[in-house]
Amino acid sequence: MIRRVPRGKLLAATLALLATTALAQQQQEAPAQAPAPAATPAPAPAAPAAAALPPGSPLIGRPDNNPAAAKLAPVPAPPLATAENKLPLDKLKAPKGFNIEVYASGMPNARSMALDEKGTVFVGSRLQDKVYAITNKDGKRQVHVLVSGLYRPNGVAYKNGTLYIAELSQISKIDNVEDQIDKSPKPVVIYKDLPKDEAHGWKFLAIGPDNKLYFEVGQPGNNVLHDENHGQLRRMNLDGTGAEKIAFGIRNTVGFDWNPKTHELYFTDNGRDWLSEDLPNDELNRITKLGQDFGAPYCYQGNVADPEFGWGHSCSEFVPPVALMGPHAAALGMRFYTGTMFPSEYRDQIFVARHGSWNKSKKFGGDIALVKLNKDGSVKSVEPFITGFLQPDNNYVGRPVDVMNMPDGSMLISDDWNGAIWRLTYGPNKKVAGR
Amino acid sequence: MRSFVALLALGCVAALPASAQQLVKERLPTCLACHGENGQSQLEGVPSLGAQQAFYVTVQLLMFREKMRIADPMNDMAKDLTDTDLQGFAEIISQLPAPKPAAGPVDDARMARAQVLVQQNRCNFCHTPNFAGQQNVPRIAAQREDYLVKALRGYKDNSRHGYDASMADVIAPITDEQILDLAYYIARVK
Repeated sequence: MIRRVPRGKLLAATLALLATTALAQQQQEAPAQAPAPAATPAPAPAAPAAAALPPGSPLIGRPDNNPAAAKLAPVPAPPLATAENKLPLDKLKAPKGFNIEVYASGMPNARSMALDEKGTVFVGSRLQDKVYAITNKDGKRQVHVLVSGLYRPNGVAYKNGTLYIAELSQISKIDNVEDQIDKSPKPVVIYKDLPKDEAHGWKFLAIGPDNKLYFEVGQPGNNVLHDENHGQLRRMNLDGTGAEKIAFGIRNTVGFDWNPKTHELYFTDNGRDWLSEDLPNDELNRITKLGQDFGAPYCYQGNVADPEFGWGHSCSEFVPPVALMGPHAAALGMRFYTGTMFPSEYRDQIFVARHGSWNKSKKFGGDIALVKLNKDGSVKSVEPFITGFLQPDNNYVGRPVDVMNMPDGSMLISDDWNGAIWRLTYGPNKKVAGR
Repeated sequence: MRSFVALLALGCVAALPASAQQLVKERLPTCLACHGENGQSQLEGVPSLGAQQAFYVTVQLLMFREKMRIADPMNDMAKDLTDTDLQGFAEIISQLPAPKPAAGPVDDARMARAQVLVQQNRCNFCHTPNFAGQQNVPRIAAQREDYLVKALRGYKDNSRHGYDASMADVIAPITDEQILDLAYYIARVK
């Protein structure tokens, strides 16, 4: 009955109305179906059926009275950065010919990265209030706190002298940022027409080949029938004007990039929690035209109808992912490799930071995955590439968040567990240069 | 009790560098002057710290230092602490004895009412069934009632941001009346 082919405010409003109406009907019908036993004294207050948790809680959907499930909760990252001499460099494993070194450390909760023409790397954070800048002068790297007092500044992007920062519910910019690195510049807000939800409210930010800022508004919870202002990707002009919604049915993407050949946008999307140990997989998606719907919360990974919201829908209504990234893997930052330092087979292929699962007894992910593409942009294979962030004892010693190309063809990897940035190089190299 | 604290200070922070050990030893009496010497605060609005989760204490001290959480005089107290100092204080605080539930007569009806709220809102999921907490989730068992009210109201009106968003989400549907009942219960439950 409910078709999700066209979409927009009207449809979302209709869906919301239908959902509300259905709920109201249930509530009205319930007493009639369960008449109170006659002549029983009013019972002492007993725990009623567990009330719905607020939409943002990661515990929504957790099965009751299941000891294995009760052990699972988001894994808290250490609040302090790991000291440089304690970083788990020797635990990380790269394919033959590749080297990993420490690029910079001492940035608690280091998350998304951006780069300017002078080689300065900007690093956002989700749980701290800071954006860091790593300057690189004559081979000497230095970490600066660029801005403090921000609220969940996960997203950073850079273009023509200006740094853009995405906080939980606003996007701001710092012009001439390179001249202000130690001057505590004050970001100027350019866009704040955003929900304030904490759940999946932090943002990834990138600038497309069309010179527009792209960012997502995630679903405000694990699995919710979101309204017309959530579960989507938006873009806007660099001055904050002209915002538009360009893709829908997105639960929470924390990484996207454009295919350097086709200019199509690829994005990771994290699947819901608590469906099962092995389902659903996170998605890698490709936008081939504006306005596509990728299924959440009705359908996950292209072929799993959600047990709660999937009724009345078919997964065929939605655009399927181009690749499955693993169950609860938390596939976050991703970039096409555009450098020439790595062997040519890696050029224009995708590197994906899989932060690693929490909602799974035997954890999955905690690596950099390599996604190889066919000529037509479809996916040929997904394989682990840099491993060791997740150790065989099922514990993390690091968690990758974002990857970024450097001008010399090396690749940086941010790690919010250690508050550090790793550098991946190829070729005969002085070993462990950073230490 | 002084000697106990002194012993504790010397014993459990032995893994820290000498400078941090010295600082923790010097400053701890100042902390406990307000927070209470046996893990139990006697001052209104000041939380008991006994047996608090070391992870949680580290996060809170960090938030005070970085002014991500504003609470006079803690921002001043924490402003010069190094990461190692934070860990030193967290470690020693976690080893203070746990506070004891509030004494005096108990309103059973109110306790029963609050117990339902605890179940409904699943406080025991993260804070654990005996409210001892775990890692980044604080011990709330036998915390001061007035402090629990203050903390919950802070999360509710967003004047206190959590390090992560858990409490902001959980507190959304809870009314002020329910906050009072929850605080009453958690301060007393045995």
